[in-house]
Amino acid sequence: MMGVLLIGLYVFVLAIFVGVEIITKIPPTLHTPLMSGANAISGITLVGALYAAQQGEVRVSSILGAFAIACATINVVGGFLVTDRMLGMFGGRKGKR
Amino acid sequence: MNELLAQLVPVLYLLSAVLFILGLKGLTKVRSARRGNAIAALAMLIAVVATLVDLGAIDYRWILIGLVVGGAIGAVAALKVEMTAMPEMVALFNGSGGAASALVALAILWFDIVEPGTAGTPAEVLGGSNGLTAFLSILIGGVTFTGSVVAYLKLSGSLRGRPGWLAARNLINSSASVVAVGVGLYLTYGAGEPASVALWALVLAAIGLVFGVLLVLPIGGGDMPVVISLLNSLSGVAAAATGFVLDNNVLIISGALVGASGLILTQIMCRGMNRTLGHVLFADFGDEDLTGGDTEYTNVRSSSAEEAALVLEDAESVIFVPGYGLAVAQAQHTVRELADLLIARGASVNYAIHPVAGRMPGHMNVLLAEADVPYEQLKEMDRVNPDFKTTDVAIVVGANDVVNPAAETTPASPIYGMPILKVTDSRSIFMIKRSLSPGYAGIKNELFEHPHTRMIFGDAKQVLQELVDELKGLA
Repeated sequence: MMGVLLIGLYVFVLAIFVGVEIITKIPPTLHTPLMSGANAISGITLVGALYAAQQGEVRVSSILGAFAIACATINVVGGFLVTDRMLGMFGGRKGKR
Repeated sequence: MNELLAQLVPVLYLLSAVLFILGLKGLTKVRSARRGNAIAALAMLIAVVATLVDLGAIDYRWILIGLVVGGAIGAVAALKVEMTAMPEMVALFNGSGGAASALVALAILWFDIVEPGTAGTPAEVLGGSNGLTAFLSILIGGVTFTGSVVAYLKLSGSLRGRPGWLAARNLINSSASVVAVGVGLYLTYGAGEPASVALWALVLAAIGLVFGVLLVLPIGGGDMPVVISLLNSLSGVAAAATGFVLDNNVLIISGALVGASGLILTQIMCRGMNRTLGHVLFADFGDEDLTGGDTEYTNVRSSSAEEAALVLEDAESVIFVPGYGLAVAQAQHTVRELADLLIARGASVNYAIHPVAGRMPGHMNVLLAEADVPYEQLKEMDRVNPDFKTTDVAIVVGANDVVNPAAETTPASPIYGMPILKVTDSRSIFMIKRSLSPGYAGIKNELFEHPHTRMIFGDAKQVLQELVDELKGLA
Protein backbone atom coordinates (compact mmCIF):
# COMPACT_ATOMS: atom_id res chain seq x y z
CA MET A 1 0.00 0.00 0.00
CA MET A 2 2.79 2.39 0.91
CA GLY A 3 4.48 1.43 -2.35
CA VAL A 4 1.67 2.89 -4.41
CA LEU A 5 1.61 6.05 -2.31
CA LEU A 6 5.36 6.44 -2.62
CA ILE A 7 5.27 6.09 -6.39
CA GLY A 8 2.43 8.59 -6.48
CA LEU A 9 4.48 11.02 -4.40
CA TYR A 10 7.49 10.58 -6.71
CA VAL A 11 5.29 11.35 -9.70
CA PHE A 12 3.68 14.32 -7.93
CA VAL A 13 6.95 15.93 -6.86
CA LEU A 14 8.68 15.37 -10.19
CA ALA A 15 5.67 16.74 -12.07
CA ILE A 16 5.76 19.87 -9.93
CA PHE A 17 9.39 20.37 -10.91
CA VAL A 18 8.48 19.92 -14.57
CA GLY A 19 5.66 22.43 -14.16
CA VAL A 20 7.89 24.99 -12.48
CA GLU A 21 10.62 24.56 -15.10
CA ILE A 22 8.17 25.00 -17.96
CA ILE A 23 6.27 27.96 -16.62
CA THR A 24 8.89 30.13 -14.94
CA LYS A 25 9.65 32.15 -18.05
CA ILE A 26 6.13 32.82 -19.20
CA PRO A 27 5.69 36.32 -20.66
CA PRO A 28 3.06 38.45 -18.87
CA THR A 29 1.11 38.71 -22.13
CA LEU A 30 0.14 35.08 -21.74
CA HIS A 31 -0.69 35.06 -18.04
CA THR A 32 -4.44 34.91 -18.56
CA PRO A 33 -4.45 32.26 -21.31
CA LEU A 34 -1.96 30.17 -19.32
CA MET A 35 -4.21 30.40 -16.31
CA SER A 36 -7.37 29.48 -18.14
CA GLY A 37 -5.57 26.75 -20.10
CA ALA A 38 -4.10 25.29 -16.93
CA ASN A 39 -7.53 25.61 -15.42
CA ALA A 40 -8.98 23.46 -18.21
CA ILE A 41 -6.25 20.89 -17.56
CA SER A 42 -7.30 20.71 -13.90
CA GLY A 43 -10.62 19.44 -15.24
CA ILE A 44 -8.75 16.11 -15.54
CA THR A 45 -10.81 15.19 -12.47
CA LEU A 46 -13.25 14.20 -15.20
CA VAL A 47 -11.36 10.91 -15.38
CA GLY A 48 -12.02 10.30 -11.70
CA ALA A 49 -15.63 11.33 -12.15
CA LEU A 50 -16.10 8.74 -14.91
CA TYR A 51 -14.99 6.00 -12.52
CA ALA A 52 -17.35 7.33 -9.87
CA ALA A 53 -20.42 7.32 -12.13
CA GLN A 54 -20.17 3.81 -13.56
CA GLN A 55 -23.28 2.43 -11.88
CA GLY A 56 -26.46 2.72 -13.91
CA GLU A 57 -28.91 2.57 -11.04
CA VAL A 58 -30.10 5.58 -9.10
CA ARG A 59 -27.91 5.75 -6.02
CA VAL A 60 -26.04 8.44 -4.18
CA SER A 61 -22.62 7.63 -5.63
CA SER A 62 -23.81 7.64 -9.23
CA ILE A 63 -25.69 10.91 -8.79
CA LEU A 64 -22.65 12.50 -7.12
CA GLY A 65 -20.60 11.09 -9.97
CA ALA A 66 -22.92 12.53 -12.60
CA PHE A 67 -22.69 15.95 -10.98
CA ALA A 68 -18.92 15.57 -10.82
CA ILE A 69 -18.83 14.73 -14.53
CA ALA A 70 -20.99 17.74 -15.35
CA CYS A 71 -18.80 20.11 -13.28
CA ALA A 72 -15.56 18.71 -14.67
CA THR A 73 -16.87 18.85 -18.24
CA ILE A 74 -17.89 22.49 -17.81
CA ASN A 75 -14.32 23.12 -16.65
CA VAL A 76 -12.76 21.17 -19.52
CA VAL A 77 -14.94 22.23 -22.46
CA GLY A 78 -15.40 25.81 -21.30
CA GLY A 79 -11.76 26.20 -20.31
CA PHE A 80 -10.23 24.98 -23.55
CA LEU A 81 -12.74 26.86 -25.73
CA VAL A 82 -12.34 30.16 -23.92
CA THR A 83 -8.55 29.85 -24.00
CA ASP A 84 -8.68 29.19 -27.72
CA ARG A 85 -10.90 32.24 -28.21
CA MET A 86 -8.50 34.42 -26.28
CA LEU A 87 -5.44 33.12 -28.09
CA GLY A 88 -7.21 33.64 -31.39
CA MET A 89 -7.31 37.35 -30.58
CA PHE A 90 -3.62 37.45 -29.75
CA GLY A 91 -2.51 36.14 -33.11
CA GLY A 92 -5.45 37.18 -35.20
CA ARG A 93 -5.01 40.90 -35.58
CA LYS A 94 -4.31 40.55 -39.29
CA GLY A 95 -7.69 40.90 -40.94
CA LYS A 96 -9.74 38.92 -38.47
CA ARG A 97 -12.05 41.80 -37.92
CA MET B 1 -8.91 -8.46 -27.62
CA ASN B 2 -10.19 -7.15 -24.31
CA GLU B 3 -6.91 -8.01 -22.68
CA LEU B 4 -5.03 -6.09 -25.32
CA LEU B 5 -7.27 -3.10 -24.74
CA ALA B 6 -6.69 -3.31 -21.00
CA GLN B 7 -2.95 -3.18 -21.58
CA LEU B 8 -3.41 -0.21 -23.84
CA VAL B 9 -4.96 1.90 -21.07
CA PRO B 10 -1.75 2.72 -19.15
CA VAL B 11 -0.01 3.51 -22.43
CA LEU B 12 -2.79 5.93 -23.36
CA TYR B 13 -2.53 7.54 -19.91
CA LEU B 14 1.20 7.99 -20.39
CA LEU B 15 0.63 9.52 -23.83
CA SER B 16 -1.94 11.84 -22.30
CA ALA B 17 0.44 12.96 -19.53
CA VAL B 18 3.20 13.68 -22.05
CA LEU B 19 0.82 15.68 -24.23
CA PHE B 20 -0.34 17.70 -21.20
CA ILE B 21 3.27 18.68 -20.54
CA LEU B 22 3.88 19.56 -24.19
CA GLY B 23 0.63 21.52 -24.32
CA LEU B 24 1.52 23.54 -21.25
CA LYS B 25 4.96 24.19 -22.71
CA GLY B 26 3.28 25.52 -25.84
CA LEU B 27 1.18 27.90 -23.74
CA THR B 28 4.30 29.76 -22.61
CA LYS B 29 5.08 31.28 -26.03
CA VAL B 30 2.81 33.55 -28.03
CA ARG B 31 3.52 31.80 -31.31
CA SER B 32 2.83 28.29 -30.07
CA ALA B 33 0.17 29.06 -27.47
CA ARG B 34 -2.88 28.20 -29.52
CA ARG B 35 -1.39 24.91 -30.64
CA GLY B 36 -0.36 24.19 -27.04
CA ASN B 37 -3.94 24.64 -25.91
CA ALA B 38 -5.15 22.29 -28.66
CA ILE B 39 -2.54 19.69 -27.63
CA ALA B 40 -3.70 19.88 -24.01
CA ALA B 41 -7.31 19.43 -25.18
CA LEU B 42 -6.22 16.38 -27.19
CA ALA B 43 -4.47 15.02 -24.09
CA MET B 44 -7.74 15.38 -22.19
CA LEU B 45 -9.64 13.54 -24.91
CA ILE B 46 -7.12 10.69 -24.86
CA ALA B 47 -7.37 10.44 -21.05
CA VAL B 48 -11.17 10.27 -21.24
CA VAL B 49 -11.11 7.65 -24.02
CA ALA B 50 -8.59 5.59 -22.06
CA THR B 51 -10.86 5.71 -19.01
CA LEU B 52 -13.90 4.66 -21.00
CA VAL B 53 -11.90 1.77 -22.47
CA ASP B 54 -10.82 0.81 -18.96
CA LEU B 55 -14.39 0.90 -17.69
CA GLY B 56 -15.51 -1.37 -20.54
CA ALA B 57 -19.14 -2.35 -20.92
CA ILE B 58 -20.95 -0.51 -18.17
CA ASP B 59 -24.14 1.49 -17.91
CA TYR B 60 -23.33 4.83 -19.50
CA ARG B 61 -26.55 6.54 -18.46
CA TRP B 62 -25.09 8.91 -15.83
CA ILE B 63 -21.87 9.42 -17.71
CA LEU B 64 -23.73 10.54 -20.82
CA ILE B 65 -26.03 12.85 -18.87
CA GLY B 66 -23.07 14.46 -17.11
CA LEU B 67 -21.03 14.86 -20.28
CA VAL B 68 -23.87 16.32 -22.33
CA VAL B 69 -25.08 18.75 -19.66
CA GLY B 70 -21.56 19.87 -18.66
CA GLY B 71 -20.35 20.11 -22.23
CA ALA B 72 -23.32 22.21 -23.29
CA ILE B 73 -23.03 24.61 -20.34
CA GLY B 74 -19.28 24.94 -20.78
CA ALA B 75 -19.45 25.51 -24.52
CA VAL B 76 -22.24 28.08 -24.37
CA ALA B 77 -20.55 29.97 -21.53
CA ALA B 78 -17.17 29.98 -23.29
CA LEU B 79 -18.55 31.15 -26.63
CA LYS B 80 -20.99 33.72 -25.27
CA VAL B 81 -18.86 35.43 -22.65
CA GLU B 82 -17.71 38.98 -23.31
CA MET B 83 -13.96 39.41 -23.21
CA THR B 84 -14.37 42.06 -20.52
CA ALA B 85 -16.01 39.44 -18.29
CA MET B 86 -13.06 37.08 -18.61
CA PRO B 87 -11.90 37.21 -14.95
CA GLU B 88 -15.37 36.19 -13.80
CA MET B 89 -15.54 33.36 -16.33
CA VAL B 90 -12.13 31.98 -15.37
CA ALA B 91 -13.16 32.08 -11.71
CA LEU B 92 -16.36 30.15 -12.43
CA PHE B 93 -14.63 27.47 -14.51
CA ASN B 94 -12.06 27.14 -11.78
CA GLY B 95 -14.79 26.69 -9.19
CA SER B 96 -16.50 23.95 -11.16
CA GLY B 97 -13.20 22.08 -11.37
CA GLY B 98 -12.83 22.28 -7.60
CA ALA B 99 -16.39 21.12 -7.08
CA ALA B 100 -15.74 18.13 -9.36
CA SER B 101 -12.75 17.03 -7.26
CA ALA B 102 -14.75 17.19 -4.03
CA LEU B 103 -17.71 15.38 -5.61
CA VAL B 104 -15.51 12.57 -6.94
CA ALA B 105 -13.99 11.95 -3.52
CA LEU B 106 -17.47 11.94 -1.93
CA ALA B 107 -18.80 9.60 -4.60
CA ILE B 108 -15.94 7.18 -3.94
CA LEU B 109 -16.63 7.16 -0.19
CA TRP B 110 -20.26 6.37 -0.94
CA PHE B 111 -19.44 3.79 -3.59
CA ASP B 112 -16.91 1.86 -1.49
CA ILE B 113 -18.17 2.35 2.05
CA VAL B 114 -21.59 3.89 2.58
CA GLU B 115 -23.57 2.06 -0.09
CA PRO B 116 -22.22 -1.47 0.37
CA GLY B 117 -22.31 -0.88 4.15
CA THR B 118 -18.66 -1.85 4.61
CA ALA B 119 -17.50 -1.70 8.20
CA GLY B 120 -14.18 0.03 8.86
CA THR B 121 -12.63 3.46 8.50
CA PRO B 122 -11.81 4.92 5.08
CA ALA B 123 -8.15 4.32 5.93
CA GLU B 124 -8.89 0.61 6.38
CA VAL B 125 -11.22 0.18 3.43
CA LEU B 126 -9.54 2.37 0.83
CA GLY B 127 -6.02 2.20 2.20
CA GLY B 128 -4.32 4.78 4.41
CA SER B 129 -3.02 7.09 1.72
CA ASN B 130 -6.21 6.92 -0.34
CA GLY B 131 -8.37 7.66 2.68
CA LEU B 132 -6.19 10.59 3.62
CA THR B 133 -6.19 12.06 0.13
CA ALA B 134 -9.94 11.57 -0.12
CA PHE B 135 -10.30 13.92 2.84
CA LEU B 136 -7.87 16.42 1.26
CA SER B 137 -9.70 16.21 -2.04
CA ILE B 138 -13.04 16.98 -0.39
CA LEU B 139 -11.60 19.83 1.66
CA ILE B 140 -9.48 21.53 -1.04
CA GLY B 141 -12.14 20.97 -3.70
CA GLY B 142 -14.76 22.59 -1.44
CA VAL B 143 -12.53 25.58 -0.66
CA THR B 144 -11.76 26.02 -4.36
CA PHE B 145 -15.43 25.88 -5.26
CA THR B 146 -16.86 28.46 -2.87
CA GLY B 147 -13.69 30.57 -2.98
CA SER B 148 -14.06 30.84 -6.74
CA VAL B 149 -17.76 31.58 -6.52
CA VAL B 150 -17.10 34.42 -4.07
CA ALA B 151 -14.32 35.69 -6.35
CA TYR B 152 -16.82 35.55 -9.22
CA LEU B 153 -19.41 37.52 -7.26
CA LYS B 154 -16.82 40.14 -6.34
CA LEU B 155 -15.51 40.44 -9.87
CA SER B 156 -18.97 40.79 -11.36
CA GLY B 157 -19.74 43.49 -8.81
CA SER B 158 -22.50 41.64 -6.96
CA LEU B 159 -20.44 41.61 -3.79
CA ARG B 160 -18.64 44.56 -2.28
CA GLY B 161 -14.89 44.62 -2.76
CA ARG B 162 -13.80 45.05 0.82
CA PRO B 163 -16.26 44.29 3.56
CA GLY B 164 -14.93 45.64 6.83
CA TRP B 165 -17.04 43.51 9.11
CA LEU B 166 -14.81 40.49 9.19
CA ALA B 167 -12.30 41.92 11.61
CA ALA B 168 -11.61 38.68 13.43
CA ARG B 169 -10.91 36.77 10.28
CA ASN B 170 -7.44 35.58 11.24
CA LEU B 171 -8.85 33.92 14.33
CA ILE B 172 -11.76 32.49 12.35
CA ASN B 173 -9.52 31.24 9.57
CA SER B 174 -6.97 29.61 11.80
CA SER B 175 -9.58 27.88 13.93
CA ALA B 176 -11.41 26.79 10.77
CA SER B 177 -8.25 25.15 9.44
CA VAL B 178 -7.61 23.35 12.72
CA VAL B 179 -11.21 22.10 12.83
CA ALA B 180 -11.05 21.05 9.16
CA VAL B 181 -7.90 19.00 9.64
CA GLY B 182 -9.28 17.48 12.85
CA VAL B 183 -12.53 16.46 11.19
CA GLY B 184 -10.61 15.15 8.17
CA LEU B 185 -8.33 13.00 10.30
CA TYR B 186 -11.28 11.70 12.29
CA LEU B 187 -13.10 10.84 9.06
CA THR B 188 -10.06 8.97 7.76
CA TYR B 189 -9.01 7.06 10.85
CA GLY B 190 -11.87 7.29 13.34
CA ALA B 191 -15.18 6.90 11.54
CA GLY B 192 -15.69 3.13 11.51
CA GLU B 193 -19.37 2.85 10.58
CA PRO B 194 -20.82 3.61 7.13
CA ALA B 195 -23.30 6.03 8.72
CA SER B 196 -20.59 7.98 10.52
CA VAL B 197 -18.39 8.04 7.40
CA ALA B 198 -21.31 9.60 5.54
CA LEU B 199 -21.96 12.11 8.32
CA TRP B 200 -18.34 13.22 8.76
CA ALA B 201 -17.69 13.37 5.03
CA LEU B 202 -20.62 15.77 4.69
CA VAL B 203 -19.45 17.79 7.70
CA LEU B 204 -16.00 18.03 6.12
CA ALA B 205 -17.47 19.13 2.80
CA ALA B 206 -19.51 21.79 4.60
CA ILE B 207 -16.42 23.06 6.43
CA GLY B 208 -14.54 23.26 3.12
CA LEU B 209 -17.38 25.24 1.56
CA VAL B 210 -17.60 27.69 4.46
CA PHE B 211 -13.82 28.03 4.63
CA GLY B 212 -13.66 29.00 0.95
CA VAL B 213 -16.11 31.83 1.59
CA LEU B 214 -14.29 33.05 4.69
CA LEU B 215 -10.93 32.99 2.93
CA VAL B 216 -11.89 35.06 -0.12
CA LEU B 217 -14.65 37.31 1.21
CA PRO B 218 -12.41 39.78 3.07
CA ILE B 219 -9.90 40.10 0.23
CA GLY B 220 -10.06 43.34 -1.71
CA GLY B 221 -10.44 43.80 -5.46
CA GLY B 222 -6.82 44.83 -6.00
CA ASP B 223 -5.62 41.56 -4.51
CA MET B 224 -7.82 39.56 -6.87
CA PRO B 225 -4.95 38.65 -9.24
CA VAL B 226 -3.26 36.88 -6.33
CA VAL B 227 -6.43 35.14 -5.20
CA ILE B 228 -7.40 33.99 -8.68
CA SER B 229 -3.92 32.52 -9.22
CA LEU B 230 -4.02 30.83 -5.84
CA LEU B 231 -7.46 29.30 -6.48
CA ASN B 232 -6.15 28.15 -9.85
CA SER B 233 -3.29 26.42 -8.08
CA LEU B 234 -5.65 24.87 -5.52
CA SER B 235 -7.86 23.39 -8.24
CA GLY B 236 -4.75 21.60 -9.51
CA VAL B 237 -3.84 20.36 -6.05
CA ALA B 238 -7.41 19.10 -5.57
CA ALA B 239 -7.18 17.20 -8.86
CA ALA B 240 -3.85 15.68 -7.80
CA ALA B 241 -5.38 14.65 -4.46
CA THR B 242 -8.17 12.89 -6.37
CA GLY B 243 -5.42 11.19 -8.38
CA PHE B 244 -3.94 9.82 -5.14
CA VAL B 245 -7.36 8.50 -4.10
CA LEU B 246 -7.70 6.62 -7.38
CA ASP B 247 -4.00 5.75 -7.74
CA ASN B 248 -4.15 7.41 -11.14
CA ASN B 249 -0.94 9.01 -12.38
CA VAL B 250 -2.51 11.16 -15.10
CA LEU B 251 -4.52 12.99 -12.47
CA ILE B 252 -1.47 13.34 -10.24
CA ILE B 253 0.72 14.67 -13.06
CA SER B 254 -1.74 17.12 -14.55
CA GLY B 255 -2.89 18.24 -11.11
CA ALA B 256 0.73 18.90 -10.13
CA LEU B 257 1.36 20.83 -13.36
CA VAL B 258 -1.63 23.09 -12.71
CA GLY B 259 -0.71 23.44 -9.05
CA ALA B 260 2.81 24.53 -10.02
CA SER B 261 1.68 26.95 -12.71
CA GLY B 262 -0.86 28.54 -10.38
CA LEU B 263 1.76 28.84 -7.68
CA ILE B 264 4.22 30.58 -10.02
CA LEU B 265 1.55 33.02 -11.13
CA THR B 266 0.70 33.66 -7.48
CA GLN B 267 4.35 34.39 -6.81
CA ILE B 268 4.64 36.75 -9.79
CA MET B 269 1.52 38.61 -8.69
CA CYS B 270 2.77 38.93 -5.11
CA ARG B 271 6.09 40.27 -6.37
CA GLY B 272 4.17 42.79 -8.48
CA MET B 273 2.71 44.17 -5.27
CA ASN B 274 5.75 43.65 -3.07
CA ARG B 275 3.64 41.62 -0.70
CA THR B 276 3.82 38.09 0.56
CA LEU B 277 1.02 35.62 0.06
CA GLY B 278 0.47 35.53 3.79
CA HIS B 279 0.09 39.28 3.84
CA VAL B 280 -2.57 39.16 1.12
CA LEU B 281 -4.50 36.40 2.84
CA PHE B 282 -4.14 37.35 6.48
CA ALA B 283 -3.66 41.09 6.69
CA ASP B 284 -5.14 43.91 4.75
CA PHE B 285 -4.47 47.53 4.17
CA GLY B 286 -7.48 48.52 6.20
CA ASP B 287 -5.93 47.09 9.33
CA GLU B 288 -3.29 49.74 9.36
CA ASP B 289 -5.83 52.52 9.52
CA LEU B 290 -4.20 54.81 7.04
CA THR B 291 -7.41 55.18 5.14
CA GLY B 292 -9.00 57.76 7.39
CA GLY B 293 -5.94 60.00 7.33
CA ASP B 294 -4.84 62.61 4.90
CA THR B 295 -6.83 62.16 1.75
CA GLU B 296 -7.54 65.82 1.08
CA TYR B 297 -6.17 67.19 -2.14
CA THR B 298 -5.16 70.83 -2.43
CA ASN B 299 -3.30 71.24 -5.67
CA VAL B 300 -5.27 69.35 -8.24
CA ARG B 301 -5.33 70.81 -11.74
CA SER B 302 -8.19 69.58 -13.82
CA SER B 303 -8.25 69.75 -17.54
CA SER B 304 -10.50 68.96 -20.47
CA ALA B 305 -10.36 66.79 -23.54
CA GLU B 306 -9.95 69.93 -25.59
CA GLU B 307 -6.80 70.98 -23.77
CA ALA B 308 -5.41 67.45 -23.77
CA ALA B 309 -5.94 67.17 -27.51
CA LEU B 310 -3.83 70.29 -28.03
CA VAL B 311 -0.98 68.74 -26.06
CA LEU B 312 -1.37 65.42 -27.84
CA GLU B 313 -1.28 67.18 -31.19
CA ASP B 314 2.41 68.00 -30.69
CA ALA B 315 3.35 64.83 -28.82
CA GLU B 316 5.93 62.59 -30.43
CA SER B 317 5.76 59.84 -27.89
CA VAL B 318 2.74 58.72 -25.90
CA ILE B 319 2.41 55.95 -23.33
CA PHE B 320 -0.98 54.69 -22.19
CA VAL B 321 -1.19 53.28 -18.67
CA PRO B 322 -4.30 51.11 -18.50
CA GLY B 323 -5.85 49.88 -15.26
CA TYR B 324 -8.99 48.18 -14.03
CA GLY B 325 -11.00 51.32 -14.84
CA LEU B 326 -10.34 50.67 -18.53
CA ALA B 327 -12.01 47.28 -18.20
CA VAL B 328 -14.95 48.67 -16.22
CA ALA B 329 -15.59 51.38 -18.81
CA GLN B 330 -14.98 48.86 -21.64
CA ALA B 331 -12.84 51.55 -23.23
CA GLN B 332 -10.28 49.24 -24.87
CA HIS B 333 -11.53 49.89 -28.41
CA THR B 334 -11.61 53.66 -27.89
CA VAL B 335 -8.05 53.61 -26.55
CA ARG B 336 -6.91 51.85 -29.68
CA GLU B 337 -8.79 54.30 -31.86
CA LEU B 338 -6.97 57.16 -30.14
CA ALA B 339 -3.67 55.30 -30.43
CA ASP B 340 -4.20 54.72 -34.16
CA LEU B 341 -4.94 58.39 -34.62
CA LEU B 342 -1.74 59.36 -32.81
CA ILE B 343 0.31 56.85 -34.79
CA ALA B 344 -1.15 58.23 -38.01
CA ARG B 345 0.11 61.64 -36.89
CA GLY B 346 3.60 60.19 -36.52
CA ALA B 347 3.75 59.69 -32.76
CA SER B 348 5.07 56.53 -31.16
CA VAL B 349 2.54 54.83 -28.93
CA ASN B 350 3.09 52.18 -26.28
CA TYR B 351 1.11 50.69 -23.43
CA ALA B 352 2.70 50.27 -20.01
CA ILE B 353 1.44 47.11 -18.39
CA HIS B 354 1.87 46.68 -14.65
CA PRO B 355 1.91 43.01 -13.58
CA VAL B 356 -1.05 43.47 -11.25
CA ALA B 357 -3.08 45.95 -13.29
CA GLY B 358 -6.63 44.67 -13.48
CA ARG B 359 -8.23 41.80 -11.64
CA MET B 360 -6.36 38.77 -12.92
CA PRO B 361 -2.88 37.98 -14.18
CA GLY B 362 -2.51 39.38 -17.69
CA HIS B 363 -5.91 41.09 -17.59
CA MET B 364 -4.83 44.19 -19.53
CA ASN B 365 -3.14 42.11 -22.22
CA VAL B 366 -6.32 40.17 -22.94
CA LEU B 367 -8.42 43.30 -22.89
CA LEU B 368 -6.18 45.15 -25.34
CA ALA B 369 -5.73 42.07 -27.51
CA GLU B 370 -9.49 42.04 -27.92
CA ALA B 371 -9.25 45.55 -29.36
CA ASP B 372 -6.57 44.24 -31.76
CA VAL B 373 -3.78 46.23 -30.16
CA PRO B 374 -0.55 44.68 -31.53
CA TYR B 375 1.14 42.99 -28.60
CA GLU B 376 4.49 44.54 -29.56
CA GLN B 377 3.05 47.81 -28.23
CA LEU B 378 2.35 46.28 -24.83
CA LYS B 379 5.40 46.78 -22.67
CA GLU B 380 5.92 45.27 -19.24
CA MET B 381 6.96 47.44 -16.33
CA ASP B 382 10.71 46.81 -16.32
CA ARG B 383 11.01 47.45 -20.04
CA VAL B 384 8.84 50.55 -20.16
CA ASN B 385 9.97 52.39 -17.02
CA PRO B 386 13.19 53.81 -18.55
CA ASP B 387 11.12 55.05 -21.52
CA PHE B 388 9.02 57.47 -19.47
CA LYS B 389 11.96 59.91 -19.33
CA THR B 390 11.77 60.44 -23.07
CA THR B 391 7.99 60.40 -23.23
CA ASP B 392 5.96 63.52 -24.01
CA VAL B 393 2.60 62.42 -22.69
CA ALA B 394 1.56 59.63 -20.36
CA ILE B 395 -2.17 58.94 -20.31
CA VAL B 396 -3.33 57.03 -17.24
CA VAL B 397 -6.66 55.35 -17.91
CA GLY B 398 -8.34 53.87 -14.87
CA ALA B 399 -5.13 52.95 -13.06
CA ASN B 400 -4.38 54.28 -9.60
CA ASP B 401 -2.25 52.40 -7.07
CA VAL B 402 0.16 51.09 -9.72
CA VAL B 403 1.22 54.67 -10.53
CA ASN B 404 1.22 56.03 -6.97
CA PRO B 405 4.62 57.64 -6.24
CA ALA B 406 4.04 57.03 -2.52
CA ALA B 407 5.24 53.49 -3.18
CA GLU B 408 8.70 54.96 -3.70
CA THR B 409 8.71 58.08 -1.56
CA THR B 410 6.64 57.42 1.56
CA PRO B 411 7.98 54.65 3.81
CA ALA B 412 4.85 54.91 5.99
CA SER B 413 2.58 54.13 3.07
CA PRO B 414 0.99 50.68 3.03
CA ILE B 415 2.07 50.25 -0.58
CA TYR B 416 5.66 51.35 0.09
CA GLY B 417 8.05 49.12 -1.83
CA MET B 418 5.56 48.07 -4.47
CA PRO B 419 7.12 48.49 -7.90
CA ILE B 420 5.28 51.18 -9.83
CA LEU B 421 5.16 52.63 -13.31
CA LYS B 422 7.25 55.81 -13.23
CA VAL B 423 4.84 58.06 -15.09
CA THR B 424 6.14 61.15 -13.28
CA ASP B 425 9.27 60.96 -15.43
CA SER B 426 7.28 61.92 -18.50
CA ARG B 427 6.83 65.53 -19.57
CA SER B 428 3.10 65.67 -18.98
CA ILE B 429 0.57 63.31 -17.50
CA PHE B 430 -3.14 63.13 -18.13
CA MET B 431 -5.11 61.11 -15.68
CA ILE B 432 -8.55 60.04 -16.77
CA LYS B 433 -10.58 59.21 -13.70
CA ARG B 434 -14.14 59.45 -12.48
CA SER B 435 -13.23 61.31 -9.30
CA LEU B 436 -10.48 61.83 -6.78
CA SER B 437 -11.57 58.76 -4.87
CA PRO B 438 -8.69 56.59 -3.69
CA GLY B 439 -7.80 53.32 -5.35
CA TYR B 440 -8.36 49.94 -3.87
CA ALA B 441 -5.58 50.48 -1.32
CA GLY B 442 -7.62 53.36 0.09
CA ILE B 443 -4.69 55.73 0.21
CA LYS B 444 -3.94 59.12 -1.17
CA ASN B 445 -2.33 59.26 -4.60
CA GLU B 446 0.29 62.00 -4.76
CA LEU B 447 0.28 61.74 -8.51
CA PHE B 448 -3.00 63.72 -8.54
CA GLU B 449 -1.11 66.75 -7.20
CA HIS B 450 2.07 66.29 -9.19
CA PRO B 451 3.05 69.41 -11.18
CA HIS B 452 3.04 67.43 -14.44
CA THR B 453 -0.41 66.00 -13.87
CA ARG B 454 -3.69 67.19 -15.32
CA MET B 455 -6.83 65.37 -14.23
CA ILE B 456 -9.62 64.78 -16.73
CA PHE B 457 -12.71 63.75 -14.81
CA GLY B 458 -15.26 61.47 -16.41
CA ASP B 459 -16.00 58.01 -17.71
CA ALA B 460 -12.88 56.61 -19.41
CA LYS B 461 -14.65 55.63 -22.61
CA GLN B 462 -16.43 58.96 -22.92
CA VAL B 463 -13.30 61.04 -22.28
CA LEU B 464 -11.27 59.00 -24.74
CA GLN B 465 -14.01 59.39 -27.33
CA GLU B 466 -13.95 63.17 -26.81
CA LEU B 467 -10.18 63.09 -27.25
CA VAL B 468 -10.57 61.18 -30.50
CA ASP B 469 -13.15 63.69 -31.75
CA GLU B 470 -11.03 66.68 -30.73
CA LEU B 471 -7.94 65.26 -32.41
CA LYS B 472 -9.88 64.57 -35.56
CA GLY B 473 -11.14 68.14 -35.48
CA LEU B 474 -7.57 69.44 -35.28
CA ALA B 475 -6.45 67.49 -38.32
